[in-house]
Amino acid sequence: MNIIEVQHVTKEYATHKALDDVSVNIPKGCIFGLLGPNGAGKTSLIRIINQITGPDAGQILFDGQPLHAGHISRIGYLPEERGLYKKMKVGEQLLYLAQLKGLSQKEAMDKLKVWFIKFDIKTWWDKTVSDLSKGMQQKVQFVSTVLHEPDLIILDEPFSGFDPINANLIRDEILELKQKGSTIIFSTHRMETVEELCDNIALIHKSHKVLDGAKRDIKEQFKTNTYFVEYKGELAINPDRYTLENSKELEGGFRRTNIHLPLGATPNQLLGNLLNQVEIRSFGENIPTMSDIFMRAVNEVPEG
Amino acid sequence: MRNIFLVIRREYLVRVKKKSFLIMTILGPLLFAAFYAAVIWIAIGSVELKTVQVVDESNMFTNQFKDSESLKFDYLSSQIDSAKKEFQKSGANALVYIPKNVIKEPKSVRIYAAKNVSMELKSGIEDVIEKQIEEIKLSEAGITHKILEDSRVNVKSETISLSAEGEKTSSSGAATVIGGICAFLIYMSVFIYGTQVMRGITEEKTNRIVEVIISSVKPYQLMMGKIIGVALVGLTQFVLWILLTTSLSSVATNVMSDKIATEAKAVTEMQQKNMPANGMPGGNVQNPVAEVMGAISSLNIPLILSCFLFYYLGGYLLYSALFGAVGAAVDNDADTQQFMLPITLPIIFSFVFAQFVLRDPDGSLAFWTSMIPFTSPIIMMVRIPFGVPAWEIALSMVLLVLGFAGTIWLASRIYRVGILMYGKKVTYKELAKWIFYK
Repeated sequence: MNIIEVQHVTKEYATHKALDDVSVNIPKGCIFGLLGPNGAGKTSLIRIINQITGPDAGQILFDGQPLHAGHISRIGYLPEERGLYKKMKVGEQLLYLAQLKGLSQKEAMDKLKVWFIKFDIKTWWDKTVSDLSKGMQQKVQFVSTVLHEPDLIILDEPFSGFDPINANLIRDEILELKQKGSTIIFSTHRMETVEELCDNIALIHKSHKVLDGAKRDIKEQFKTNTYFVEYKGELAINPDRYTLENSKELEGGFRRTNIHLPLGATPNQLLGNLLNQVEIRSFGENIPTMSDIFMRAVNEVPEG
Repeated sequence: MRNIFLVIRREYLVRVKKKSFLIMTILGPLLFAAFYAAVIWIAIGSVELKTVQVVDESNMFTNQFKDSESLKFDYLSSQIDSAKKEFQKSGANALVYIPKNVIKEPKSVRIYAAKNVSMELKSGIEDVIEKQIEEIKLSEAGITHKILEDSRVNVKSETISLSAEGEKTSSSGAATVIGGICAFLIYMSVFIYGTQVMRGITEEKTNRIVEVIISSVKPYQLMMGKIIGVALVGLTQFVLWILLTTSLSSVATNVMSDKIATEAKAVTEMQQKNMPANGMPGGNVQNPVAEVMGAISSLNIPLILSCFLFYYLGGYLLYSALFGAVGAAVDNDADTQQFMLPITLPIIFSFVFAQFVLRDPDGSLAFWTSMIPFTSPIIMMVRIPFGVPAWEIALSMVLLVLGFAGTIWLASRIYRVGILMYGKKVTYKELAKWIFYK
């Protein structure tokens, strides 16, 4: 079941096309990474899902229905450019934002109490936002994003501006929200975050979707069938069985070499081959990092 | 609807809770009352007894200058040269010298004083001398004092407006004052509160909160919520000002009422004493306060008030929407200047036109400017106290409603694009493009 289905969405601005026939499915209950270089069209897509703007063509289904105004209260959105009313008090502000999302004053109050205790920010209620540090403001804004317990949470670069301790706190909250059944969309270009948290990803580049699916499958797809081996001794060149790629000297007389296998060859055959030649310290498959995949996918797209 | 109400409430409360609102609310009437009190005190303060010495070489003016509460005349028998020498010591405020041949050379009269004398005293003295000379010359020509007195008639006109309900006494003076005040209030509030809308929108944009808000509220709702919220702030301030001003000024009036009464009496007495020869009959002297009150009550106050409310709101909606569009189009307050001019020009023009319309409230300039929505809020309010045909008011109101519906539509088109546009210097061409975006 998908919470969001983006179907052939196109969005044009006066000077450029922000999205060109983009289709993406976001399964329920996952953490979804929306990746892409700056200016690829991520924010345009997020704004369309948030109904801030509308698509020129195509449509979006939320929970199987075409997007309508009633869905707004089921979405929580943390934009990349954070902002709060500077002169307003923290408590008042959170109450206001929660009520705009459809909570009654009492519901909002009850839920806010829980979060204020959880984040240990009870003393902030009557503080003016401009008196808080940037990190503190981010925390307040995170609370406002998830307070109404939305089914879909959209976070645009959620960790920018947090110190490591608070970043961890937020990460744990995100995982907890996922446990509770929310779907989370990350828009980011920090690959560590994607590596660590995302189940599914979509990569948008130059207004087109170039890649999407489960992270596991994508990694599988981008595997190059190369293995690394650390050893002592000399490896013979044997182009029929394997190809030696880059190699470098390690401490204590060891070397590390990447070995590419032809199609059909298994790692076991390779190991058997190597065992006769050198003393092996470690061996493993080179699994591409998200960063590698990102770079490759982006570079493969022709210019224009 | 719930969201727009929430936005209105926030915009209203945030502004009303501000210290500056409280200060303005209290300070406004206090300033007004202080001004009012100062005017009265100055008026009362000037009623100190002044001594005027008279050297009358012509011997025609003995006892013609009558003493009043504020003026005391001393007739000196000495020569002018010695009188001038004595003047410093005598402590008198002024010295009037009337030479022998004053009838032939009326310009030879001199008033000596340590400081400049007031216009009032100068013209009072001149009046007495002129009248006396005139009378002497007339009697030389054979016209007696009696004929002269009979020939003096006091004409006083009353303006009667003819309308379907019959004749009604009106006062163009009161209409001018009321119309002027209404025009000024609308002019000021369009500026003050229109700019507040603009600032509020720019603030949301630069704070970057706008993206969060419009993920829950439609841009149109956010804009309208702000415009209505600020309008309510304006109305609240007006109501508080009116309440505070009336209570303060009534207190002030009570405290000083005795002094004012004596003052008024003194003025009347002085007027009577200063023109004894032609003795204006006492009954004709009207109480100016009563006259103004009567004139005001002759105006159609309920109509004026309800029209004021309508044109205040209509004018405000029309212009604040445009101010709002400017606020959405730019990134910070400093950039607003280039777009402000075309908006402020019609407001300033209508305020200037208002001066002409006050003089000719039924002319064609008055008619057309009170129909065009950009000038009608100010101009029509100037005209209404003078009486305007119902169809003209109705037409002007319909046009104003169409006008603000139009500017709000226009503004909301610019707004929804502008609030998400950063770091771009916007041109008029670009704004026009935004209007036609899907």
